[in-house]
Amino acid sequence: MLIHDHSHPGRRAAAQAPLHLANCDDLPKALRRKTRPALPEVSELDAVRHYTRLSQKNFSIDTHFYPLGSCTMKYNPRACNSLASLPGFLARHPAAPESHSQGVMACLFDLQEMLKAITGMHAVSLAPAAGAQGELAGVLMIRAYHDARGDHARREVLVPDAAHGTNPASAIMAGFEVREIPTGPDGDVDVEALSQALGPQTAGIMLTNPSTVGVFDRNIQVIAKKVHAAGGLLYYDGANLNAILGKVRPGDMGFDVIHMNLHKTFSTPHGGGGPGAGPVGVAKHLEPYLPIPLVAHEGEGPGEKWVWQDEHSRPETIGRLTAFGGNIGILLRAYIYARLLGLEGMQRVGEYATLNANYLLKRLSAAGFQPAYPQRRASHEFIITLKREAKDHGITTMDFAKRLLDYGFHAPTTYFPLLVPECLLIEPTETESKEALDAFVETMIAIREEAVQNPEMLRTAPHSLPVKRLDDVRAARHLDLAYNSETNNATAI
Amino acid sequence: MPFIPHTPEDTSEMLATIGAASIEELFDEIPPELRAGDISGLAQSLMRPEPEMAVARLMQERARADGEPLCFLGAGAYEHHIPAAVWQLATRGEFYSAYTPYQAEASQGTLQVLYEFQSMMTALTGLDASNASLYDGASALAEAALMAVRANRKVKDKRVLMPASVHPFYRQTVRSIVRHQGIELVEVPYDPTGGHTTISALEQAAAGKPFAALVIPQPNVFGVLEEVDSLTDWAHQHNALVIGLVNPVALALLSPPGEWGTQSEKSGGADIACGEGQPLGMPLASGGPYLGFLCCTQALVRQLPGRIAGKTLDLDGNPGYTLTLQAREQHIRRSKATSNICTNQGLLVTAATIHLSLLGAEGLERVAAACHANTRALIARLCEIPGIEPVFDRPVFHEQLLRLPRPTEDILKALAAENILAGFNLGRSYPELDGSLLVCATETRTESDIDRFRDALGRALS
Repeated sequence: MLIHDHSHPGRRAAAQAPLHLANCDDLPKALRRKTRPALPEVSELDAVRHYTRLSQKNFSIDTHFYPLGSCTMKYNPRACNSLASLPGFLARHPAAPESHSQGVMACLFDLQEMLKAITGMHAVSLAPAAGAQGELAGVLMIRAYHDARGDHARREVLVPDAAHGTNPASAIMAGFEVREIPTGPDGDVDVEALSQALGPQTAGIMLTNPSTVGVFDRNIQVIAKKVHAAGGLLYYDGANLNAILGKVRPGDMGFDVIHMNLHKTFSTPHGGGGPGAGPVGVAKHLEPYLPIPLVAHEGEGPGEKWVWQDEHSRPETIGRLTAFGGNIGILLRAYIYARLLGLEGMQRVGEYATLNANYLLKRLSAAGFQPAYPQRRASHEFIITLKREAKDHGITTMDFAKRLLDYGFHAPTTYFPLLVPECLLIEPTETESKEALDAFVETMIAIREEAVQNPEMLRTAPHSLPVKRLDDVRAARHLDLAYNSETNNATAI
Repeated sequence: MPFIPHTPEDTSEMLATIGAASIEELFDEIPPELRAGDISGLAQSLMRPEPEMAVARLMQERARADGEPLCFLGAGAYEHHIPAAVWQLATRGEFYSAYTPYQAEASQGTLQVLYEFQSMMTALTGLDASNASLYDGASALAEAALMAVRANRKVKDKRVLMPASVHPFYRQTVRSIVRHQGIELVEVPYDPTGGHTTISALEQAAAGKPFAALVIPQPNVFGVLEEVDSLTDWAHQHNALVIGLVNPVALALLSPPGEWGTQSEKSGGADIACGEGQPLGMPLASGGPYLGFLCCTQALVRQLPGRIAGKTLDLDGNPGYTLTLQAREQHIRRSKATSNICTNQGLLVTAATIHLSLLGAEGLERVAAACHANTRALIARLCEIPGIEPVFDRPVFHEQLLRLPRPTEDILKALAAENILAGFNLGRSYPELDGSLLVCATETRTESDIDRFRDALGRALS
């Protein structure tokens, strides 16, 4: 049932609004609404029960192992939420003067410094509201750099075929053309193809390392050298930064600009699809272009203060990406997480995420599952391909994934990256115990057994969730995107 | 080891299974010369892990440092009462720690919330379809502009008329995001007496050339109400799409974008509505995370960027929810996607949906009406002070631009010293409005708050 189905005309959660309807007769009639919007009319208890029940229809990290590759579903420490939700932080207006913002600005400045240190970049802006917005900021800075030098012919951005779909989409948003670079059979970028693609039209390349196929590109120094020699810049997609935290820094690999997904590496909540935060870091030559606002530190001792930098102090900035300072509530959560771990703890994140991934890969391989890149070390994530199972038993990766749900495991990422057939991209993260990983392996084995004995069981999975397998094709063909009391009666059972 | 469950025995068993001598060995594909450089430049306090107790103390001190000022700042972010149930429910772990609902069967809670949110936003805006949110109001406006230019089949010119009465931070955001896509943003000056956008100003700005879309803010950055019906008709007569930039609380009182314009004509109603969802249960939180909403007519639904939840049926014919129209999105379409936006503001959407459920239409109307009444009271009290008067003479909603007899920055400083945030200085963005102050009263301001503001302002000016 929708909340609308609980609605009874005249029922309300009376405590939640002012007691009386104030007179607004002075507002011009022509600009007034003529009918009330169709919002539900429910009591507070109705709403509390309804949304509590809805929450129970979700898998989440708090309730289930969630090994989604590339998404990094690690535990979200509760302290981060409760301390970021202190009244002084929550009630602060974005346009409050600096005199009333020193506490929050001190946190943001510290976070900028920590992100600089762990990435090896020269300067950081926390402004982008999500990883994809960080990507856009990154390519806009590359564009600004070339434009400032009068290098207007550089209109092409290279993107490996394994890259996240946001990479090419962001490059297009920044007005570039995109050229795909193939991945070689061992998972590294095809350097020969890269060399051929480079030229005076090259603005840069967007890479993640470790890549989305779950391996560290061993040729990164060669790639950096070649791209720089051609006059292009290197953009680092920080989606996989947690795999190498404290081991190798993007700045040291030769990247000129990076974004970080704080919801992945710094364990801020995914919230059912956001909010994230996508700070960007740059080498020195790109610093003038950073998105605004940034926090700067002035003075020492009693005269010490933190100040905002905006378009007035940074005239070459690529500009503002949201109305205010970005997702500051998320930045605070990341900061609290970082303080709990210290830089020392950050190193362990990469180490144990990698240990868990390699352990899981080894056990699954030993059980006969087929790794996509058997000769390679896993990074924090790895791919197995179910093409053999698909061929032998006529089941798909999606069937396998749906059956995992029945066993109480969220499915790994399916069918991404696109270049591996019947692909499962698995990322256990550092916060899962050995027992959880072992249970996952046993379940994978059990499901493969079912695929032999009773493939129909997989094809019709899931069986134990609030709904059976949903018809995605119908959803797209018969669009029903909002409640309408008349038309919806038709589909209700 | 914070949040890492491994015992030393676990680690050695796992390494033995892998066949590696140490964790270090797992990184042997990284060229040794790349291994992490020197990070000793960082303050020692940021190097060491700290227990939760110590971090809690630090954060409490920093949160307290910013005080709890009495706030008359609006300008795009508004202090409204948020029912306690909203965030108690939204931060339940099952919502808080879930991911984008790719596995629909395991995410019916999140998906149904998205569908309910879409239903509520279409009800508020009077349009047919809504997406499941964007980053914030300003970036939603940028996406709306891109969408309008893509969708307008009658006009090939990529020109968007952008009134100067749109919040300057929004205009800056739109410029940053769309500037390299060949889109021309044509600024339309506001009327110096009314603070609104007039047809003659639009005609002058358009200069007889075709344009793809017109943005209409309601209310605009000065709090002033625009003549939305005539502006909508005018834009439609020129084959342009209309993008309404609206405050969702104000929509409880004001005509919804879907009904703007002369309804008897075929062209009635804005084509797109967008705005900032923060007033629907989001704390001010220094400016984010907020949520941008984006709604449109049925005709434009396939141009709508971002996540969309749809209702469908399961194998047994029972209703359920799933993400739909994914063929527009970057993970499928890559460089041909409608946008690079890869996620939404799910947790904020959850809060907004619960917030609207608790208020209902009448509750939201009471909130909006209380805002309006408080603003009227605020303006009346402040204008008792000699030398203070409204800059514009047209009707406003919960914000008003006042002329001050002294430089705005001096006043802001003097009142901040009394722990009152007096308002927003638009003079930084509009030189001609130097010496004015944008003040705001929502339903949370009381008569005594307003008196305190008036008295402090009186003292500062005396």
